[in-house]
Amino acid sequence: MIIVKPYHTFDHTADLGLVIIGPSEASLFANAALAVFDIITDLARVETRETRRVSVEGDGREDLLVNFLREVLYLYNGERWLLKELRVLRISEKGLEAEARGEPFDVQKHEICKEIKAVTYHQAQVRQTPAGWTARVIFDV
Amino acid sequence: MSDFKLRRIDEYRWEVPREGAMRVPGIIYSSGRLMKAMGQDESPKQVANVAQLPGIVKCSLAMPDMHWGYGFPIGGVAAFDMNGGIVSPGGVGYDINCGCRLMMTNLGQEEIRPHLAKVVNTLFQHVPSGVGSKGALKLPRNEEKRVLVEGARWAVKNGYGSQGDLESMEDGGCLPGADPEAVSERALERGKDQVGTLGSGNHFLEVEVVEKIFDRDVAAVLGIEEGQVAVMIHSGSRGLGHQVCDDYLAKLVKHVDKLGLNLPDRQLACAYIQSPEGQQYLSAMACAANYAWTNRQMLMHWTGEALERALGMSPRALGMRLVYDVCHNIAKIEEHVVDGKKMLLCVHRKGATRAFPPGHPALPDKYRKTGQPVLIPGDMGTGSYVLVGTQKAMEETFGSTCHGAGRVMSRAAAMKASRGRSISREMEDRGVLVMAAAKGTLAEEMPEAYKDIDEVVNVVHGAGLSRKVAKLRAIGCIKG
Repeated sequence: MIIVKPYHTFDHTADLGLVIIGPSEASLFANAALAVFDIITDLARVETRETRRVSVEGDGREDLLVNFLREVLYLYNGERWLLKELRVLRISEKGLEAEARGEPFDVQKHEICKEIKAVTYHQAQVRQTPAGWTARVIFDV
Repeated sequence: MSDFKLRRIDEYRWEVPREGAMRVPGIIYSSGRLMKAMGQDESPKQVANVAQLPGIVKCSLAMPDMHWGYGFPIGGVAAFDMNGGIVSPGGVGYDINCGCRLMMTNLGQEEIRPHLAKVVNTLFQHVPSGVGSKGALKLPRNEEKRVLVEGARWAVKNGYGSQGDLESMEDGGCLPGADPEAVSERALERGKDQVGTLGSGNHFLEVEVVEKIFDRDVAAVLGIEEGQVAVMIHSGSRGLGHQVCDDYLAKLVKHVDKLGLNLPDRQLACAYIQSPEGQQYLSAMACAANYAWTNRQMLMHWTGEALERALGMSPRALGMRLVYDVCHNIAKIEEHVVDGKKMLLCVHRKGATRAFPPGHPALPDKYRKTGQPVLIPGDMGTGSYVLVGTQKAMEETFGSTCHGAGRVMSRAAAMKASRGRSISREMEDRGVLVMAAAKGTLAEEMPEAYKDIDEVVNVVHGAGLSRKVAKLRAIGCIKG
């Protein structure tokens, strides 16, 4: 079986660019969070033992996406916690609430493949297309 | 980029002519060959974007190691009038006070060669490196806040290095005006256990040998002799600096909307220097800068310990001493002469190095005659250059020069190009022993991914922005 990932990376000289897709806006945001953690770690080794609430505000969709990814990244960068699943509970242009499931990073159990240090506003984009939703964002690595 | 008409001014300079909302023109320092690579990304457009920011003075500058960043180009230099000008977290970068320091030792290369594997191994064990690396010490909040205020002085006070080290750092290893109240709880949390860690990505610790001296008199003052062993450290303010940048970008993106400033890129978010928001960012930035100096000071201390252990030498016999420590990502308040008038400016250097000339009051007495030492690391395994600052840099680039080789290949392209190859074996064939915490880092950082350091340095030397003093060749390298 071929599993098609709902994201791909694109070239940016010093950094990491991501294009994410999703059938709905909620799934686009959930896929963006998963993409980040798929790059940071081997998700197969992460279990859903804990639930965390993610709640962000934004001023338009791009701002909301950047703020959301900033919160999601902090789960690992600040709290050493790995995300495995994310469910968007509520989303509008102004705000988002979601439930993340995962577990604390354990050096014996998990692998950190790559560090994503920050999410940038540079050329961030969220668009509705005939096929669904697509977003583009550049990370500092 | 294709919509940009660059005008060649002379052998080393290209102008981005002023047009549209640009307040000043852009000037790019480069060579014909380097320019070809630059023309392919969006960095010239970023030079033009920076030229649109309020209060920018003279021109928006880029060094020959320029490449596509976000907001500002990497390799960008821009100065803003203290009155009516802005400060921009994006113009400083995420890794606040990312920088380099060079230490010389008493060792000759023939003394270290037989023990190189042991030396590299011991360094790798003793100096915390790699993704999310944590230090040997965890700071309680009150102590962490002292680091933010005191910078490298804190490290020296706590037994990491000596008082004499402080004069061999820009600003004595401590930016004034640091206020921990301007730093978020999140940033403090990320910083609590990372001081004294190398980190990942392009950060490294390299054992080098002085290969060539270009200026004997200056090299003698700097204590650099041909055939001697040196260590170069490249690291910054780790998670704390990233969080400070992140926090203030988010804050200032909103602030810019409120001000009604129309910016070509949200990553250029900024505040007027004299506004409460601008002052608050500068206070937080100073904290992160001070954290970075403490970090490099501790890394240096552990480097000395590792070398002593591996070689069975006393500190006195090893004789490790700091030549200088430079910042790559920072905004500083400096006095410059613009159109014959003295002005106080906020100089942003994002992937650029200060290069003050002989006689500048900011220099320690020992370097007053030579000019400021400028340290330029090359890509992994090629080595580094030592240069000194010049009067011409003061006149043309607000006392600034390049900071490194500069990427030419994206990380993804480098990964692709490295498939089926052993980069560490290739490095070994070139006489460089490399140890990396993560395999991917080696591929991403392989030499082909960077511009030719010789060419970059020849541009700044040829353009008179700094003068070559010595070239060092890598023999051992620790990557995060």
